[in-house]
Amino acid sequence: MKPLPKIALVDDSLYAAQAKVYPREIEGRFARLRTLAMFVLLGVFYVFPWLRWDGRQAVLFDLPARKFYVFGLTFWPQDFFWLAWLLIIAGLSLFFFTALAGRLWCGYACPQTVWTEVFLWIERACEGRRNQRIKLDAAPWNAEKLRRKGTKQLLWVGFAAWTGFTFVGFFTPITDLAREAANFSLSGWEAFWIVFYGFATYGNAGFLREQVCKYMCPYARFQSAMFDKDTLVISYDAARGDPRGARKRSADPKALGLGDCVDCEACVQVCPTGIDIRNGLQIECIACAACIDACDDVMDKMDYARGLIGYTTENRRAGKPLHVLRWRTLIYGGLLALLIGTFVWGIVHRAPLILEVLRDRNALYRRGSDGAIENSYTVKLVNKTEVAQRVRLAVADDSSVQIVDARDITLPAGQVTSVPLTLSAPAGHIQGKQTIKLQARSDDDRMAVVQSAQFFAPKEP
Amino acid sequence: MSAFWNWYIIALVVANVVGIVWLLLATARRKRGVVEQATTGHIWDEDLQELNNPLPLWWLGLFLISVVFTACYLAFYPGLGSTVGALGWTSNKEVAADLDENRRKLEAVFARFRDQPIEQLERDPQAQTLGHNVFVNNCAACHGSDARGAKGYPNLTDGDWLYGGTPDTVVASIAKGRHGTMPPWAAVLGDQGIEEVANYVLTLSGQNADAALAAAGKARFTATCIACHGPEGKGNPLLGAPNLTDNIWLYGGTLDDIKASIRNGRSGSMPAWENVLGMDRVRLAAAWVLAQAPRAETATAAAPAAGEAGQP
Repeated sequence: MKPLPKIALVDDSLYAAQAKVYPREIEGRFARLRTLAMFVLLGVFYVFPWLRWDGRQAVLFDLPARKFYVFGLTFWPQDFFWLAWLLIIAGLSLFFFTALAGRLWCGYACPQTVWTEVFLWIERACEGRRNQRIKLDAAPWNAEKLRRKGTKQLLWVGFAAWTGFTFVGFFTPITDLAREAANFSLSGWEAFWIVFYGFATYGNAGFLREQVCKYMCPYARFQSAMFDKDTLVISYDAARGDPRGARKRSADPKALGLGDCVDCEACVQVCPTGIDIRNGLQIECIACAACIDACDDVMDKMDYARGLIGYTTENRRAGKPLHVLRWRTLIYGGLLALLIGTFVWGIVHRAPLILEVLRDRNALYRRGSDGAIENSYTVKLVNKTEVAQRVRLAVADDSSVQIVDARDITLPAGQVTSVPLTLSAPAGHIQGKQTIKLQARSDDDRMAVVQSAQFFAPKEP
Repeated sequence: MSAFWNWYIIALVVANVVGIVWLLLATARRKRGVVEQATTGHIWDEDLQELNNPLPLWWLGLFLISVVFTACYLAFYPGLGSTVGALGWTSNKEVAADLDENRRKLEAVFARFRDQPIEQLERDPQAQTLGHNVFVNNCAACHGSDARGAKGYPNLTDGDWLYGGTPDTVVASIAKGRHGTMPPWAAVLGDQGIEEVANYVLTLSGQNADAALAAAGKARFTATCIACHGPEGKGNPLLGAPNLTDNIWLYGGTLDDIKASIRNGRSGSMPAWENVLGMDRVRLAAAWVLAQAPRAETATAAAPAAGEAGQP
């Protein structure tokens, strides 16, 4: 058993104030990657609600009308299945990417990381670099501190409010929302949700930051169960780096009995969760790779090889080869490809017309004066397209069963139309119960759908 | 709520809140002294240990905020026994407010149709949609969703009206209901008489019947039936007595059916809907029903494709 570090707790409280983390600014390969991911993801979030498509908002989740618009697609409650499918894909993606390279999601794509980064930018712009921020926090309140802190808070609140506004803009047409906000005529619920999401952004990205990852996020807790010995994780090469120690750039570390780690603590200062990666893989690590960038920078300055801290696997550290392709990633990847493929196929081939035939729940049948047997139904036709359609109903499999007063039905765009239907069978043609097939076909023959229904007649004519 | 239960609930709520606050503060101030190793001492799967780090302080803050929220909630909303709270909110008032709002919305829709004659509503697409909804929800259970009825429930689409097919009579039928009664004639006519009258009735609508029996039945019909069905058997809308000459049968048109109707009588009931639906909905339903039936003067234009009605 590996001995744990011994910490003498003299604290007499169950709770402890959390030390504020001052992440140092960082440049490098992975920082650029994260910035790119940020611009793409935040770009999608802030720009999409403003895009137009066919005279409506391109992406709009209209909850009261129960219709989700995503560019050219309109999703109905009947398509809810695909949302479940999408969530399964998202869940499996988490498995796949975690097995492949650890917490990629946390480091590059999680909203908590992305918005924290934006709030940190604002903080840096107002309060300066890491040392300046520490000094400013320690300094007594004065006009300068008030000005810097005040500007930061103002920008934070503004950005958070814009975020809340944008979020609500996905659910209520954003141009109307903007007009209402400008006139101070927002409805109570709209105002509530804007403030709620704005406050959540402000609190999470401005103050809670790494506390969310450490104490609230369930993924942080169970992600380690998806790791194996071939998962890429960020780690410090202790064999190469230890023993650590400061030295002159010109000095030969071997002569001083030192490893490659100059103990500059750059990796600790840049860490957004305030850990020391050199203590090994820790639950707090969100795999943002800031420490890799920081260490590579120092190694370059020292003229040492890069990679003292880097993405590696447990097996590779032990001298075994890197296994990116292995059963686990292949099976996850294969399943993921299959799910995504069927998702795309299914969305493309979604039925634009739905037919439901509901039998009347009163008399089983009625007899006309000529002895013909009639059954009555309610037909519900859902036109999921954005244009009006004309459809004709017909009995598909029994030419003797006739529709009484058959006529074309006009289906308004994007609506459910309910029409009564009477089927008539000649006397004695059907005895007892028979399943018949009813077809709805658009007059341009582009959409057709068949649904079965029951026809009842007396057993003896 | 009696005084006992009132105080019982108040005591429970207060004791719970106070108890939770006490528990929070008591555990927060726990004296732990010096701990040698920062684990709980539990070991799983040979080498899994649980660190015993202190909780973040803001966690305690969240607990306290929820206690404050509880206090505010109990001050503003009902929760402490039968106290109503500062806002005076009750679920009954909320339901009443929702109903009021709904009524206001409907009133705005119905007001437009109130002064329009039924004939105009028959050509108004919105009125037809609303009328259809009223029919499907209230009338279709008996008359069928296609309004073509069933045995004992009249077909509303055939242009044959037991009580008359003018807008006024149809509205009256729906609003006030109808009760159509045919008395049982078994005691008066006897088996032979029923056989004869039934055969005669068949001939009225041009169906095959035993000529001798029908001839005998004519006399009996004139003696007993014409009071309601008229000398020619054309019925009487004032009484709801059906026309026997049109081969439209509410209770079936076979010899057996007709004999059963004469022998045992019939009693049909249409409930009064005025108090259930209100006159606005009654008129809309009547307009939809009338639009389904062919009319003598507009029989060719009666198809309910009311799209081009030219209404604003």
